[in-house]
Amino acid sequence: MSVGPYRLPTGGAIDRAQALSFRFDGTSLTGFAGDTLASALLANGHRVVGRSFKYHRPRGVLTAGPEEPNALVELRSGARREPNTKATTAELFDGLEAASQNRWPSLRFDIGAAARLAGSAASAGFYYKTFMWPAAFWEKVYEPAIRRAAGLGRASGVEDPDTYEKAFAFCDVLVIGGGPAGLIAALTAGRSGARVILCDEDFVLGGRLNAERTEIDGQPAAIWAAAIATELEALPNVRVMRRTAVVGVYDGGTYAALERVADHLLEPPFGQPRQRFWRIVAKTAVLATGAVERPIVFGGNDKPGVMMAGAVRTYLNRFSVAPGRRVAFFANNDDAWTTAADLRAAGVDLVAVIDSRAEVADHIRAKAGNARVELSAAVADAKGGYGLTSLQIATPKGRIALDADALAVSGGWNPQLGLATHLGGKPQWSERHAAFLLPADLPAGLTVAGAANGMMTTAEALADGAAKGATAADAAGFTAAPAPLPRASDESFAVAPLWQVAASRTKAFVDFQNDVTASDLALSVREGFTSVEHLKRYTTLGMATDQGRTSNVNGLAMLAALTGRGIAETGATRARPPERPVAFGALAGLHRGKHLKPTRLTPSHRWAASEGAVFIEAGPWLRAQWYPRPGEKTWLDSVSREAAAVRSAVGICDVSTLGKIALFGRDVGAFLDRVYCNTFSTLPVGKLRYGLMLREDGFVMDDGTTARLSENEWVMSTTTANAAKVMHHLELARQVLWPQLDVRLASVTEQWAQFAIAGPNARALLERLLGDVSDEVVPYLAARIFDLGGIPARLFRVSFSGERAYEIAVPAQYGDALAHELMWAGEGLGVTPYGTEALGVLRIEKGHVAGNELNGQTTARDLGLGKMMSAKKDYIGRVMAARPALIDPDRPMLAGFRAVDPTKRPRAGAHFLKIGAPETPENDEGYLTSVAFSPALNRWIGLGFIKRGPERVGERIRAYDRMQGGDLELEICAPVFVDPEGTRVHG
Amino acid sequence: MRIPCPFCGPRDLSEFAYLGDAAPVRPAETSDATAVFDYVYLRANPAGPHRERWYHASGCRLWLTVTRDTRTHEVLFAEEAAP
Ligand SMILES: [Zn+2]
Repeated sequence: MSVGPYRLPTGGAIDRAQALSFRFDGTSLTGFAGDTLASALLANGHRVVGRSFKYHRPRGVLTAGPEEPNALVELRSGARREPNTKATTAELFDGLEAASQNRWPSLRFDIGAAARLAGSAASAGFYYKTFMWPAAFWEKVYEPAIRRAAGLGRASGVEDPDTYEKAFAFCDVLVIGGGPAGLIAALTAGRSGARVILCDEDFVLGGRLNAERTEIDGQPAAIWAAAIATELEALPNVRVMRRTAVVGVYDGGTYAALERVADHLLEPPFGQPRQRFWRIVAKTAVLATGAVERPIVFGGNDKPGVMMAGAVRTYLNRFSVAPGRRVAFFANNDDAWTTAADLRAAGVDLVAVIDSRAEVADHIRAKAGNARVELSAAVADAKGGYGLTSLQIATPKGRIALDADALAVSGGWNPQLGLATHLGGKPQWSERHAAFLLPADLPAGLTVAGAANGMMTTAEALADGAAKGATAADAAGFTAAPAPLPRASDESFAVAPLWQVAASRTKAFVDFQNDVTASDLALSVREGFTSVEHLKRYTTLGMATDQGRTSNVNGLAMLAALTGRGIAETGATRARPPERPVAFGALAGLHRGKHLKPTRLTPSHRWAASEGAVFIEAGPWLRAQWYPRPGEKTWLDSVSREAAAVRSAVGICDVSTLGKIALFGRDVGAFLDRVYCNTFSTLPVGKLRYGLMLREDGFVMDDGTTARLSENEWVMSTTTANAAKVMHHLELARQVLWPQLDVRLASVTEQWAQFAIAGPNARALLERLLGDVSDEVVPYLAARIFDLGGIPARLFRVSFSGERAYEIAVPAQYGDALAHELMWAGEGLGVTPYGTEALGVLRIEKGHVAGNELNGQTTARDLGLGKMMSAKKDYIGRVMAARPALIDPDRPMLAGFRAVDPTKRPRAGAHFLKIGAPETPENDEGYLTSVAFSPALNRWIGLGFIKRGPERVGERIRAYDRMQGGDLELEICAPVFVDPEGTRVHG
Repeated sequence: MRIPCPFCGPRDLSEFAYLGDAAPVRPAETSDATAVFDYVYLRANPAGPHRERWYHASGCRLWLTVTRDTRTHEVLFAEEAAP
């Protein structure tokens, strides 16, 4: 077993006793517990880990954190394969499999790069300029070409076998980030007794303390951090959440966080999700997200081997990995010189220190030891085919060449303030930091501490963290004293801005992940895209999955220079959630597939299933659609049999899904008069009435029957789809519009199971259960309560089919028993269960409107129910229903339609045209809403709306349906096809 | 966003249904189409505090009048809508 050629012999926060084997592009390698995939690859000498997006250039690890633009891999295999995973944050585990992206056939030899396919076709605005025309080319030519040449990683293409959860947490103080400022802020707040949540996205607390050789209180900083972590975990009021990134800030102190529960394991443990998406509600919060180092834009700055100076320290000190054999570094600030000291301490050959500044203080300069130092100098071009081999350095004395296989770069540090700007704050430019600092208008309850707040040294960050921790706890109602400050260093971070090296001759990258170069920015400005938001969209700068963490500030500083404006004036692009990429799986949580919403089953669902029902989703419900019987070849056979049975014998249909609302009080009648367009206050006890409910704008909202069970108790039925909406509406009317009326409401939809019993034998069937239900006892439109073996059963004499019919309702727990009882009582009477399709056929044959007609665009008058609108009272919708356009005689009105060729099936949705009229919108006469095959008439019939429909009975028109290919002649008729005299309902 | 329901206490947004501006008052029995038209359609759309109707559908079923800053979603006040 090899520990890897670049692994240092000692040191680091890795467990050398615990070797982990993993595979990269099929090669078996070894790392240690505590490694990331990136550190393990570097230790094994894998400097090239992927190809770039547009140019397919070989790329290596640039950073050691979530800002990584280059080292994106496909992690895992099979159904768990996950593209675009950052190797720098992927925790190494035994058995990990990873593959490089954007290369074919291999990382070493990539056709895309060899052929320079993308070379000419990837400058700024490429997408806008090239793929403008013709639109039809997109699907067939452009998109496949782009995908082949510059694809990102591949999704697995099969269902994710893991689960994801959503969870809520509440606290007094949320601390975001577990570096020095965050740790001491959490400790300060925790000691005050406040409920604290500390979120840190790493798997080890400490942030940069784990990456530096600096000391706190005389001990290595990482040891201090571990001790604080131990104390925090021992406090019962503190919750430490590792591997948890806060990704969004919302109003009211709400924060979104992604916990990577099992991303560091081969498979999630039994019962555990892969990830958990948190909604955290905090009274106050401390943002301690630190800072991210930015590159410098010079030729070949993307060569594998070029790495951020801070990342070099992380790999040296935390992971015990050398970045190369001969390392140079290039910087514009004092902090980066620490890297020189650390390289020397680790025994790595430091070949040169190149600083763009003319002067560097002696004590800083001493960190380089005897290494060659070039001041007022810059790396102009990095060279090397498959990784860095040499540097071209621009110095005041001219251009010099230097051999190096690694280059540590630092352009300064950017405080990480994305979360502070999610609610709209604008970061402000600081000349002293050469970086954007926090906005003046921070989200309520949020304070910023440490490097994120521009406190760039360890001592400053600790002091600021303790102070902000105390402030946050105080603001949450506790009394906190800042934790005593440990001894820590105040390293100099002096910086002189350097964005771009003018002497560069080769391609210089600003955004590594999206392959945006310095010349792309110049081109964009020449073409007039000079606002920062335009530049971003035109060049795609900062729009990749790293969200421009390493590129945005450089890009806009260069834009400022190109346009002659200051950086402050140029401004930054707006940061939006999520701060880190979040998988859709995590956002969906357990609401996946059928778990998106509950499936509601009626009380007699099992009975219907035992009768062979085919079910259909009706809103949240499953309803029996039809009940196939042996020998029936199509659904139409079953539906026609069921409908015919209702007309000739008796059918039973589960109507439990209809909304049911109980109304109590002295003024229910008066209340119903105002919410229905027809009158209810005159309804006697023991009767029911059909009602039509309008919206205030005059259109029909819903319909149904309402029964008066006793003086002050009523029950309303609504359509299945509108049950909740009507309840909201009635509560508004009761509470806000007419609070003086004595009315109380309760939704009782789930409390009652209800069946329709329809057909000439309905009475005979019911009499076996209830005794006398003759017209004397239960006349048409009566509502009676019966005793059914000790159970209160409500019987309503209503008919949707035109036949003699009843609806019987029993408490829901007896619904299944009732279904069996009804079948038993119907023996010898031809009892037939029927589903929603036959229900539809029967109501269309009778011209009753339903959901298809109550579509929110129709008035009572359109529906042929204009006479229901009372002229004697006020009601919701009364005035607006009388608007001229709604009473225009040319409005399409309800009519019946029958196919001239009875075997031809018209389609609902077809539009009506006069015969011979061209198919233009101007000639549109209306549309067909409902279609059924009528067994009673043995032909296809329908309902629909057509201009002046009632006056045009007998006229032939054309039903034109380009979508479904229908073009049929129909004859307009009265909407009641069966028993227009209405005698059967009493039969 | 959370709404401090006067009956249930502070509750998550997902429990509530939104209606809109609380200002329009339904005209008393009238045939003045203009008054009703304004009631049905005319809405202010302020950037700032806004009194609006919310229904605690998955809670106590009270209709509330909530004063919300439309720029920040800050809920300044919530009371029963019933006059
Ligand atoms: Zn409530």
